[in-house]
Amino acid sequence: MEIVIALAVGVMFGSGIWLILRPRTFQLITGLLLMSYAVNIFIFAMGRLSVDRPPITLSPDIDPAQFADPLPQALVLTAIVIGFATTALYLVIMIGARGLTGSDHVDGKEPRE
Amino acid sequence: MNALPFLQHFIVLPILLPLLAGALLIPVKQSRYTLKFALSVTSTVLLWLLAAALLVMADGGYWPDGIGVYLAANWPAPFGIALLVDRLTALMLLLTATIALAVLVFSAKRWDRVGIQFHTLFQFLLMGLNGAFLTNDLFNLFVFFEVMLAASYGLVLHGYNLQRIRAGMQYIAINLVASFLFLIGVALIYAASGTLNLTDLGMRVALLGTEDTWLLAIGVTTLGLAFLTKGAMWPLGFWLPGTYASASAPVAAMLVLMTKVGVYAVLRVWMTVFGDGAGALAGFGFTALTIGGMATLFFGAVGMLASQDGGRMAGYGAIISSGTLLAVIGLAGGPVLASGLYYLLGSTLAMAAFMLLVELTDRIRPPGAALIAITMEAFAIEDKPEDPVGQGIPGTLAFLGLSFAACALVISGMPPLSGFVAKFSLFHALLDVLPTDGRIPGLTWGFIALVIVGGLAAIIALMRLGVRIFWASGDIAPPRLQFTEAAPITALVTFCVLLTVQAGPVFDYLDRTVAGLTQTTTYGERVLHEPAVTRMPQQEAER
Repeated sequence: MEIVIALAVGVMFGSGIWLILRPRTFQLITGLLLMSYAVNIFIFAMGRLSVDRPPITLSPDIDPAQFADPLPQALVLTAIVIGFATTALYLVIMIGARGLTGSDHVDGKEPRE
Repeated sequence: MNALPFLQHFIVLPILLPLLAGALLIPVKQSRYTLKFALSVTSTVLLWLLAAALLVMADGGYWPDGIGVYLAANWPAPFGIALLVDRLTALMLLLTATIALAVLVFSAKRWDRVGIQFHTLFQFLLMGLNGAFLTNDLFNLFVFFEVMLAASYGLVLHGYNLQRIRAGMQYIAINLVASFLFLIGVALIYAASGTLNLTDLGMRVALLGTEDTWLLAIGVTTLGLAFLTKGAMWPLGFWLPGTYASASAPVAAMLVLMTKVGVYAVLRVWMTVFGDGAGALAGFGFTALTIGGMATLFFGAVGMLASQDGGRMAGYGAIISSGTLLAVIGLAGGPVLASGLYYLLGSTLAMAAFMLLVELTDRIRPPGAALIAITMEAFAIEDKPEDPVGQGIPGTLAFLGLSFAACALVISGMPPLSGFVAKFSLFHALLDVLPTDGRIPGLTWGFIALVIVGGLAAIIALMRLGVRIFWASGDIAPPRLQFTEAAPITALVTFCVLLTVQAGPVFDYLDRTVAGLTQTTTYGERVLHEPAVTRMPQQEAER
């Protein structure tokens, strides 16, 4: 499972980096989205990978050491929300830039041929 | 019922107050400038008073060791989020509030009408800044960084025109990527140490196993990259000059403050995590900070010489000041750091004043009107904001010239103002701490040389700009200035002068600040043993 998760994170982040280095805003935003997915999975994996651990509840018959780590879950939830919000904000600005400059190039103008 | 003393709540108020004020400002109609401005200014004045009160409390022995801890939602540290006030935090809060107040008054007659919701975004920016200074939890720091950045995205684009959109797109993209690095760093730190509370982390570093130690080092380095992107260390600071030059003047002045947040975060994390008590990791990365800071200083100096317009020049000035500070953190040692903080105060105030001033001196030359026109079109605003409203003040050229000279003196570090005192004390402290073999290391000499060269570059560039604005532009018509535009600049420059006159007491305070910062174990005791509020007895009986 470690290998699969590591590969998934690596491939997504790598593709994200390639995309954010591209000149079009659509590629840029896709790259940012891929990177944010990779980061979210990464945070989740930092609580150690495990299967079938019980969630943290007030059940007296479970050894507290057996609970799944709740903190990365909380962190990833916050990170998803914030990432979503900032990406949405960026999308608005992108559309504004497209309307104002008439080009979807990140520099706001087409490169000279 | 709450058993917490009333004054203890002051710690959380610098976050809550701008949040509430910002929220309150949203439904107020855009056309009611005066009401919006009044609300915003009231909130900022209260913030200033709060920051001053916290400074007095931190320094006056209200809390033991000058460290106040506020447990959010009454969860004991390290499980909940702890807010922490010490002398450094209080000082940064006061600096933020001072500059914010000046900027707000400056924008009263014109800039808050160019786009929409200026005051709301401004208050949220303040909330993010204050939160970033106050929090003692790394993930919470991320949240406040995002609040601050989200507000700054809006503000950078304030007065939507082509140039701002271009610079803003790059600014936002870079900061989004930096945020991902921030998250990766935080996750790695949690994986290695099992805690996100900064003080708790400092206590645990020495106890980690070898593998975890290296994981932690990688984590903090990644986190550092995110901070240094904000603090504009070379080569992470290329976004800065373009963004500063294209942002509106009040926003650019606030951006100066934001680079200092990056530097502050680096200082806080490095002092806590890699201090003397860090075992194998003690002193990790300090040399890299010094070298990076020196490279930044050099880059800033060259950039300043090469730039033509005032905004861009001020951007490179901010880079020089960041570089100096980062190098000082790297060379850390008690008295050196105190001089560094003194430099931070003076340079931030002067740089903010300079940003505002550039906008006024630009009025001497006619183009400026074109900029507003585009904004008008984009927003389809019918009535032109009556730029300079009402009567101008007399003697504008003399005022502009004098303020320009004062800012230039502080930024370049020439006597008699605070820039000189800062640099002189910095050199004195650096040469005063003799290492065991009695020789000053080459890195220190290199740094001193670079600081002097940086100052020279700054004075050459600023003099050239000054000559061009005031003397070489032929018959110039004195621009019309408002009292509300002149007063904030005067206030900021006056603060620089006061800083010079009162250098003794300020240095005493900074020495106490730095002495406190190095006591990691004291922080551990104060934060981790801060008692949560227990239920009142009669409440217990009611249950």
